[in-house]
Amino acid sequence: MRYISEFRDRTLADNLANRIAQEVQPDREYHFMEFCGGHTHAIFRYGVQDLMPQNVHFVHGPGCPVCVLPVRRLDDAVELAEKHDVILCTYGDMMRVPGTGRRSLIKAKADGADIRMVYSTLDALKIARDNSNKQVVFFAIGFETTTPPTAVAIKMAQAEELTNFTVFCNHVLTPAAIGHILDSPDFAPGGPGRIDGFLGPSHVSAVIGSQPYEAAAQKYQKPVVIAGFEPLDVMQSVLMLIRQANAGRAEVENQYTRVVTREGNRKAQDLVADVLELRDSFEWRGLGAVPDSALQISDNFAAYDAEKRFRVSQKQSREVKSCECPAVLRGVKKPTDCKLFGTVCTPDNPMGACMVSSEGACAAYWSYGRQRAPRDAA
Amino acid sequence: MCLAIPAKVLSIEPDDMAVVTVENVRKRISTALLDQVAVGDYLLIHVGYALHKLSEEEAAHTLSLMAEAGILQEELAEISGEPTCAT
Repeated sequence: MRYISEFRDRTLADNLANRIAQEVQPDREYHFMEFCGGHTHAIFRYGVQDLMPQNVHFVHGPGCPVCVLPVRRLDDAVELAEKHDVILCTYGDMMRVPGTGRRSLIKAKADGADIRMVYSTLDALKIARDNSNKQVVFFAIGFETTTPPTAVAIKMAQAEELTNFTVFCNHVLTPAAIGHILDSPDFAPGGPGRIDGFLGPSHVSAVIGSQPYEAAAQKYQKPVVIAGFEPLDVMQSVLMLIRQANAGRAEVENQYTRVVTREGNRKAQDLVADVLELRDSFEWRGLGAVPDSALQISDNFAAYDAEKRFRVSQKQSREVKSCECPAVLRGVKKPTDCKLFGTVCTPDNPMGACMVSSEGACAAYWSYGRQRAPRDAA
Repeated sequence: MCLAIPAKVLSIEPDDMAVVTVENVRKRISTALLDQVAVGDYLLIHVGYALHKLSEEEAAHTLSLMAEAGILQEELAEISGEPTCAT
């Protein structure tokens, strides 16, 4: 257990903080986007911002899978459950996200729709096996970490010749989003926002490897450091970003070598490539339509595609009025800039996905940020 | 969704399945995303699938950090079949 006490040692954090303080150039500002909601939470939970010099800033990114799903897709899932007489299986995080008119899956369930929270795609398959007289739809959301389990479930359904199991596929891709953010007017040169580098996701990168970020780092000349989830990982990664920024380097570096390699998990990648293919374009909450940023079920597995089996209606989907979730996800507003935050919008009564999900920035500010000094909470 | 949690392999089952244990909770999970898994290995489990192998030290370290951050019980409840993410 020597390892644990070393990591928990506060002096290690202080040493890293001192090193960062020594290496930052006082005449410049550093803005680093932590892409992943897990990092946002680590930064707040452990007070990492408090250990940073005044000129090092965190910009919260869109890496919360529940948060980036556009309202339209959630409304479609509610419609599948209510109008098509299916058993809709979903990860728990989705249940309380408000759709148009604040209609959520949990409300649809309370009104009689058969919606079931599952821990795993394996549970959804079991529900399909146990209910052969019903159509079972798995509402698949998430980044590259959650995608391989969806691909495996589709292959299992095919192998078992399950005819009542389909997937409503909403899987999205991290590197495409990074490029899109840097292309946006918000962060383009001369725009209002600034990003000097990225803390790259840890578990996503365990699957895809660090290689897929290299093109963006090169093209936009922004350093990327794949960072572990623990507070000292985050601090060490910030130091690596500062060193790159100071040296004018824009490379992909890997702080989380305990788990992430350049190649990633090839077996998982091959399974995904076998079952899923790129969508031309997909809408993200906050980011809008992003080309080549999501996956759909390939033609060979069309029988398992809920979008092909069920026809959902065209609808006018709308965010909850005044909810700043989209701007928070773009990294241009902080949760505390939203007039709903902490007043009408709380984890018990969420108005937007960023307050519902345990990975959302608003939930992080609510849980850890309310008592902080204005610099950190503003 | 939620996080990935480390667990130790107790037994290997047919069809790329394995039984793992963490903090006295047992769970049947899929090892379809890994090449070779053996009894005694430590795996990082995410939504019922092993994503990665870990060293024993890394597993213990991650678990203790999760306990310290107060999220271990939530994760354990989730893998033992009581989804808590949404609550």
